[in-house]
Amino acid sequence: MAIKIISEACTGCGECLEVCPFPGAVRMVNEKAQLTDECTSCGACRDACGFEAILFDGDVERVEREDLSRYRGVWVYAEQDHGSLLPVSLELIGKGRELADNLGQELSVVLLGSGLQAVVDELSHYDIDRLYVADDPVLTSYRSEAYAGVMADLIQEERPNIILLGATANGRDLAPRVAARVKTGLTADCTGLEIEAGSGLLLQTRPAFGGNIMATIVCPNHRPQMATVRPGVLPRTGPNAVARDVDLVRIPCKVTESGLPTRFIQVVESVSKRVNLPEAKVIVAGGRGLGDAKGFALLKELADALGGEVGASRAAVDAGWIGKEHQVGQTGTTVAPKLYIACGISGAVQHLAGMQGSDVVVAINSDPEAPIFDVCTYGIVGDLYQVVPAFLAKLKENKQQQAVS
Amino acid sequence: MRIIVCIKQVPDTSQVRIDPKKGTLIRQGVPSIINPEDKHALEEALRIKERCQGEVTVVTMGPPQAEKALREALAMGGDRAVLLTDRAFAGSDTHATAQVLAAAVRKIRDWDLVLCGRQAIDGDTAQVGPQLAEYLGVPQVTYACKLHLEDGCLVAERALEDGFEKVKTRLPALVTVTEEINSPRYPSIRGIVQAVKMEIITWNSRDLGIEQGQAGLDGSPTKVNKTYTPKPRGEGEVIPGSPGEAARALLARLRERKVI
Repeated sequence: MAIKIISEACTGCGECLEVCPFPGAVRMVNEKAQLTDECTSCGACRDACGFEAILFDGDVERVEREDLSRYRGVWVYAEQDHGSLLPVSLELIGKGRELADNLGQELSVVLLGSGLQAVVDELSHYDIDRLYVADDPVLTSYRSEAYAGVMADLIQEERPNIILLGATANGRDLAPRVAARVKTGLTADCTGLEIEAGSGLLLQTRPAFGGNIMATIVCPNHRPQMATVRPGVLPRTGPNAVARDVDLVRIPCKVTESGLPTRFIQVVESVSKRVNLPEAKVIVAGGRGLGDAKGFALLKELADALGGEVGASRAAVDAGWIGKEHQVGQTGTTVAPKLYIACGISGAVQHLAGMQGSDVVVAINSDPEAPIFDVCTYGIVGDLYQVVPAFLAKLKENKQQQAVS
Repeated sequence: MRIIVCIKQVPDTSQVRIDPKKGTLIRQGVPSIINPEDKHALEEALRIKERCQGEVTVVTMGPPQAEKALREALAMGGDRAVLLTDRAFAGSDTHATAQVLAAAVRKIRDWDLVLCGRQAIDGDTAQVGPQLAEYLGVPQVTYACKLHLEDGCLVAERALEDGFEKVKTRLPALVTVTEEINSPRYPSIRGIVQAVKMEIITWNSRDLGIEQGQAGLDGSPTKVNKTYTPKPRGEGEVIPGSPGEAARALLARLRERKVI
């Protein structure tokens, strides 16, 4: 890596001469520092220079690029599906507001789709400063190229500082396409976001290596700072009783049907009931310990009683006891419900990676050595076919009591 | 049909255990494998080739040891293997990785379809596929669980949270696949023997025309600020008693915490 001296920035203070460990590597010529062949590019002078006059090659690009402070404002991409707003959008608005206030910048929401008036009205009840809307028939169904085109154009025009998107299937399809187009960094599937004091950088925390390590990522030299955020992790913000005076900006959609490579054919419903694990507040999951497919009927009963969904470990899915759409874990769906009840699941690393974000984990397993007990909040060592029915009975009893009182 | 499959060599997380005391990963002795979903991408490429002829080129970016993953891919039936390796690529984030892969795909020149796994088990970002599609300027179809070609177009079913969606797009295109799409074959003995003798094409940054600062840590917009091991839950209360007693106690605790 080569080191460069930016002549215009050099004041001739001599600090670099002081710190340079290699005799003769830096010299002063006409009150400007110059590097000689003795320089080893160790970087000692770069760190010591108080005027950003000594830079690595990689740094030069940074200085030459536009001033990052011209990028202002926090954006939230409000994902909607045929007119209904996804819950993760409301989670992002809450967090976006916090980040914007912290930076003293505005919070804008970006809404793309078709026939969006009802969603626009709904969003005006939230604490946002501006709403960008692209309402066009070409945006009726999500398509990467169409949505990315509109987003990227808007970013290049408006220069936001931060953009948050939900880490939904389509959010994770859109965000990298947009980030690549505007040539900035993107952090996937964040579970924590905050502004670093001093630098004002967005600290983006995400699980790595199957949730066994947490990594905090920054995007120091590129804008906007983009992140997708795992649904169900951040608290959902509530609407205000009265609509706010939101600055509504209608953005033209330059994308045309003929210019798009992809046709949307149809939505093919899963044969089984639609299961939405990422949004579920309660998940009752079963694994190999169930022994057969019938065990899932019992779990379904419990899930229904708790208003939740049924999940499964890979072992149960591979055994053919339940559909893949129920699979929780690294190769299935990552979930973060308030309550996760693991029945007959031993707790392989990949499964734990998909559910460790849950608030409360209950493990029911006959093997006291099962790794699931290491990550549970409450554990019951026993036969799930005894414990679950007993729990169901108590639950019903309790409900009846509440109904009476 | 000329297909390029991008694969990644990853540590086999199914063999990773957690140190129960420290809560850290025990990585020692963990073998490297082809990322599972990438193997499904390769299988899909081989099936397309078997149906309508063509050629399958397997590409990976990684250290020299990643050659092992390429040999396995050749043994499964890949026709050509390209290893993108250079110390300047080390520490690349998804943006920089996609840049290097895009340079390689462009250098391969003649291709109709790029197939990738949905995401790698060590990073779980699912970003490289769409970023690569953007750098190549081709349409992307992510999370494909079914794929077929008709009239020079590609029809795929995408696995979404709550169902499936069928889309059609023109070629050339990039598709990322999920595990549902197929069951990868095992290499045949003959395939393994042949793969040992096959040439692995190796390209470095100069071959790809990648300049300093375009890849590796310098070419990565995102930087890791710090890493830490999440705090173990620590509570882990085992509720004793008969099933009935335990169930009652559990219900009380869950009510107390207002989770039900």
